[in-house]
Amino acid sequence: MVAEISLPVAGDRNARALRASWLLVGLVLIACVAALDLGASSVSLHDVIATLLRGETLSARDRLILLEIRLPRLVLGLMIGAALGVSGALMQGLFRNPLADPGIVGVGAGAGLGAVLAIVLGGIIGFVSPWSVPIAAFAGGWVSVLLLYRIATRSGRTSVATLLLAGVALAALAGAVTGVLIFVADDQQLRDLTFWSMGSLAGASWAKAMLAAPFILPVLLLAPRLGRGLNALALGEAAARHIGHPVEKIKTRAILGVAAATGAATAAAGGIGFIGIVVPHLLRLSTGPDHTRLLPNAALLGAALLVGADTLARLLVAPAELPIGIITAVLGAPVFLWILLRQSGWEA
Amino acid sequence: MTRLKTRLAFAALAFSALTLPAMADPSRIVGLGGTVSEIVAALGQDSRMVARDSTSTFPESLAALPDVGYVRALSPEGVLSLEPDLILADEGAGPAETVDVLKASGVPYVVVPDSFAPDGIAKKIEVIGAALGQQTAAAELAARVDAGLAEARAKADAIGTKKSVLFILTLQGGRVMAAGEGSSAEAIIHLAGGVNAATGFQGYKPMTDEAVLAAAPDAILMMDREGPRTVSNDDVKALPALAETPAVKSDAIIRMDGLKLLGFGPRTPEAANELRAALYGQ
Repeated sequence: MVAEISLPVAGDRNARALRASWLLVGLVLIACVAALDLGASSVSLHDVIATLLRGETLSARDRLILLEIRLPRLVLGLMIGAALGVSGALMQGLFRNPLADPGIVGVGAGAGLGAVLAIVLGGIIGFVSPWSVPIAAFAGGWVSVLLLYRIATRSGRTSVATLLLAGVALAALAGAVTGVLIFVADDQQLRDLTFWSMGSLAGASWAKAMLAAPFILPVLLLAPRLGRGLNALALGEAAARHIGHPVEKIKTRAILGVAAATGAATAAAGGIGFIGIVVPHLLRLSTGPDHTRLLPNAALLGAALLVGADTLARLLVAPAELPIGIITAVLGAPVFLWILLRQSGWEA
Repeated sequence: MTRLKTRLAFAALAFSALTLPAMADPSRIVGLGGTVSEIVAALGQDSRMVARDSTSTFPESLAALPDVGYVRALSPEGVLSLEPDLILADEGAGPAETVDVLKASGVPYVVVPDSFAPDGIAKKIEVIGAALGQQTAAAELAARVDAGLAEARAKADAIGTKKSVLFILTLQGGRVMAAGEGSSAEAIIHLAGGVNAATGFQGYKPMTDEAVLAAAPDAILMMDREGPRTVSNDDVKALPALAETPAVKSDAIIRMDGLKLLGFGPRTPEAANELRAALYGQ
């Protein structure tokens, strides 16, 4: 046992992270199969495959449930889970703080305000479209991130501390405006708001997935490129700059990436907590802080966890369903605490 | 000529074949919305229902049916898993994406107009009756409800000095959430021969203590809730803003079932009569 406590060399960690990647790919696949196989209705993958093998066609209802309900929901869930996981890892790396989550750059508060505006004002002026809430939430997220970025950037340098503090102020302001709108909201709008804030994939559709993809997929693909830069940032901004990393560029890209990915995720599914903060943390505890590995792994774990949580959300109270934010928090919080306790036990 | 006739006959046949599935006796009905399900039951057709939403609480027999969740946060697969052959949904059912999928599923989806006023009840009954193939029973029920409403209105008009009623939705943290102008509670208060004590704002809003005192309601109306959330009459009386109102002084705190009071369904005339009796003793 004593030997294991000694510092693992980098090679060890690399091998572990790679093993973890394969494990996570497996986990994502299992989550995908479960999400397609299980649901409130009796359609199962086994029956579907058996039917197709017999050369028969699926009934219209089964096709609808598989192709128009479960599959777009799975695709959207994978993208959103990955987006939240990667965004969390980017933010924790950028702020060098394990408590940072995508909400810290104001995406959540801005998106929330956008959603409230669309629900309440949309109701007042009589403009209600299925797209008004997602579009307003996305716009709200972006506006707040750009505003924060402008505030925190002076002569080409972005102050991370100012970003953090301005984020708190902006969140408070957005909260106040949200409060005013809640005051004028009617009973039904209040219910809509509550459900929105807990998040759900129940409104998933191919159209939503197609709209979210251009904002989320590029971030997922490009984020690992920031890994080395974020590793260097862990030494401090000045040190990273001295060893030749374009610190300002890294900051800008990380912030814009988070704004795009989290903004699209929040717009499509409402507020889903805990994935963004737990996923990178879990990975860092198990496979170390190397961002080049952490970022892709965070995408995989986030996707697997969100799809798994969504499957539970659909099954636990079927034929009704739970808001997914409840599941991620109920499952995420105890696991997180357990890991922290184990960790501190080892260190003590 | 004969060819034209045959064609017409074919067309008619094809048309009826298209419309028949929707009209044929649906026997696996999902009711979405408390008043919608209540009307199905009032038409004696609740045995044909296979599921309901969480707001469908009356009659009690509905409680045995699977619950597909809150009417504005439905999941499409949950509803379809019950293999419905007719979905009767309140206009407010949602989210819109779920409604789109349900409509695309080929299961007949009938929208029941959302109305929080007495005049809309007959229309709701008519739409549901047509969907169930119970036009005659629906016409009778609608006529009965309209007659009941007319009677309630006549009695309300005959009242000389009208009492003012404050409808309290919730009393969370001692804050009075009251029903203002244009609210469904105001509609039922008027129908029962009362006037709304809360004026100057629309819908359901928190009211400041001083406004509550100034409104000086003659009676307080609340929804009857089961379980520990129920605020007791003593709690109501203990609130400083309410303690000095004529309502509390004369112990006029009225409690009624929420769906009956505010659902605007077949029980609305009954609710109006009950409220009028509680207010005026007649």
